[in-house]
Amino acid sequence: MKVRRPKLTFLDRLYLPQILAGMWLTLKHIPRKKFTRQYPEEKFKLLGKYRGAPVLVRNQDGQVKCVSCQLCEFVCPPKAIRLFPGKRDPHAPAEAKIEKEPEDFVIDMTRCIYCGQCEEVCPEQAIFLKKTFAITGYKRAELQFHKDRLLELGGVHEDPICKWKKK
Amino acid sequence: MSVENVKLLMDGREVLAAPGTNLIEAARLAGVEIPHFCYHPRLPIAGNCRMCLVEVGLPQLGPDRKPVLDADGRPRVNFGPKLTIACNTPVSEGMAVLTRTPRVIKARRGVMEFLLINHPLDCPICDQAGECRLQELAVDYGQGCSRFVEEKEHKPKHVALNAKLMLDDERCILCSRCIRFMRDVAGQDCLGFVARGSRSTLTCYPGQEPATNYDLNIVDLCPVGALTSTDFRFRQRVWFLKETPSLCPHCATGCNTLIGSREDVVYRQTPRDNPAVNQCWMCDQGRLNYKFINDPARLATPLVDGAPAEWPVAIAHVAQRLAAIRAAGGQVAGIGSARATTEELFLFAKLFQVLTTSPQIDADAESETRPTETAASLDAVCRPGLRPGANAGLLDSVPRSGAADKFLLDADRNPNMRGAQLAGVAAHPPGSRLAELAAGIARGEIKALLVLGEDVTAAGIGAELLAKLELLVVLDTLPGATTAAAHVVLPGASFAEKGGTFVNAKGRMQQLSPAVAAPGAARPEWQSLSELLAAVSSRALRDGQPKAANAWNVTTPVFPSLGKVFAAMAAESPALKGWTLDGLGSQGRDV
Ligand code: SF4
Ligand code: SF4
Ligand code: SF4
Ligand code: SF4
Ligand code: FES
Repeated sequence: MKVRRPKLTFLDRLYLPQILAGMWLTLKHIPRKKFTRQYPEEKFKLLGKYRGAPVLVRNQDGQVKCVSCQLCEFVCPPKAIRLFPGKRDPHAPAEAKIEKEPEDFVIDMTRCIYCGQCEEVCPEQAIFLKKTFAITGYKRAELQFHKDRLLELGGVHEDPICKWKKK
Repeated sequence: MSVENVKLLMDGREVLAAPGTNLIEAARLAGVEIPHFCYHPRLPIAGNCRMCLVEVGLPQLGPDRKPVLDADGRPRVNFGPKLTIACNTPVSEGMAVLTRTPRVIKARRGVMEFLLINHPLDCPICDQAGECRLQELAVDYGQGCSRFVEEKEHKPKHVALNAKLMLDDERCILCSRCIRFMRDVAGQDCLGFVARGSRSTLTCYPGQEPATNYDLNIVDLCPVGALTSTDFRFRQRVWFLKETPSLCPHCATGCNTLIGSREDVVYRQTPRDNPAVNQCWMCDQGRLNYKFINDPARLATPLVDGAPAEWPVAIAHVAQRLAAIRAAGGQVAGIGSARATTEELFLFAKLFQVLTTSPQIDADAESETRPTETAASLDAVCRPGLRPGANAGLLDSVPRSGAADKFLLDADRNPNMRGAQLAGVAAHPPGSRLAELAAGIARGEIKALLVLGEDVTAAGIGAELLAKLELLVVLDTLPGATTAAAHVVLPGASFAEKGGTFVNAKGRMQQLSPAVAAPGAARPEWQSLSELLAAVSSRALRDGQPKAANAWNVTTPVFPSLGKVFAAMAAESPALKGWTLDGLGSQGRDV
């Protein structure tokens, strides 16, 4: 197939009108309000339902809420979660009935797609997608968030029910 | 008396069942599932959970004891006013059973609601979740929310019944399966219910904790998470486990098992149904004997004189040194473990046929084919007069025994002694040639020893004898005194990492299947033996003149697959005539 070159008029071939039109557009924007953001110095304002990185929380008593049921590990579509279940002392009064707590809980932030399935499935309300985003690191290993890091990011989540206390 | 099958209608479908069959089993024949908790096909019937209620109707009989027919010419069926438990109702001629009517569904919902009244519903921390009958049936017959507003009954939780069992009484649904198992199968009547009504609690008689070798079966039996295994508890969720049909390698009974593994880690073994061997039970010793599979000390690289080597190099090295020893007139002996598979033992025996026969055998076979290439040509090389067992004096296996019990556990703790005898590796009685073998080493006649999966220092061939050998080759999975003394160590695979067959004490041949991968470069022994066989039977070696290493076809195994090994074995053994590996199926065959 032959592609025909468009026939250019004299004005077209001058290029000047186009250049001027372009410059005009640029000049028009100079006095207007800027919407370029100086990221990362200037952070985004996140909306209410924003889902960032999944993190673990403690309840008001400082108790790790996760009981290592491994449902989030099962449901996570990209298999970002890896859990190592551990035992709790069943005779310690505070956690009398819980018996289980993760020994380690690893979320591979290079894999997580922030889908929120883990938060959805968790029977203990122990994992939440908080507003943490832009997770960076120099090594892959730095992006494997372990239990301590996740709990630190998650902080405290008021639990109005405290179901285990009533068991 | 002739035993005629009884014809009945199950949800309108005709089923033929043997007389005496209960309705749950009859329904199974018709492809209908009747939900149940307390019924178990291998336990006496208790009929206490009431989950299996169904509508049962009997044909109306006229004065002549003949069924009364309705207008369409079909027998008229009278349904009782109440529902009947299916587990304790035997089939009878002309019976009609309805399992899905609104009345039945309502009854099931009612039973379910009662069961859940005091149930803690702590599925997130319950080990049974994922294989819990209560959980499954609650999905079918449970209600979204409970009508029960009162305080739940609290009962003892995390009670260690003994070192192996944990009991959570709140989760118990009082089905009494565990009680019946301990009383009627394990033979220790130690569990029972105390208190009444909603306070009924499963407990063990004071001072009489379960102490049999079969306690852990009640963990499998318990339909809920009331009884859990201390060993498996909280280690992995069952929905992550891949279940591979296998065999227990702990004794000569050869209980059929399922290996539960995730990502190359074995987490548990559970019994698999086989009416001819273990029904659906297994002993605790066998069940808990799997830890060595994941032992971090496992041998993972071939070692030649203590240094890591590649497989072809190691195999070539062994073949070369064996050839040199034979050329110098030294004898070669072998000790094969009756824990190895029959295929491996067969190859081991074959190896000795080749090694102990002088190079002049059947020159014609050699001139026609290159003996290393196919199993068939290898057969031709080995055949004349060389039936397994013909190399007396040089091969044996190590016996291993312990106390037997009256149920499954056999005194012979080798899973495959019959297989070792079939392959001609074990003497009759096993181990009787070991002393002779030790004497041979002591006299300096036996210069090379091949050990398949045994620590021979524990079998009368001590380190000082091993030190006399010019060549000690060990195929094993774990390091020990023998591998420490070995010149060449070839890492092998444990029973959970390979296929193969075991022949149990009663002569039933059953197969293993690989559940996990062997660590590092370790691989099933049959592959190594097969390559070794190829190497030693190659032309260069049989002439007793080692040539350049590349002249040996070491990278071409004689047997490309286990099935081929089995086929070669079946071709040589009259007992296995016409058998194939696949033909063994999941339940095995009697030899
Ligand atoms: S947010 Fe989605 S992808 Fe990320 S850990 Fe949770 S389930 Fe996995
Ligand atoms: S689903 Fe919740 S409780 Fe279960 S393991 Fe995940 S975070 Fe823990
Ligand atoms: S026994 Fe079943 S229903 Fe009860 S807590 Fe355990 S898994 Fe859940
Ligand atoms: S412990 Fe389990 S098997 Fe025993 S009665 Fe309770 S629910 Fe049944
Ligand atoms: S199964 Fe029939 S009553 Fe329990």
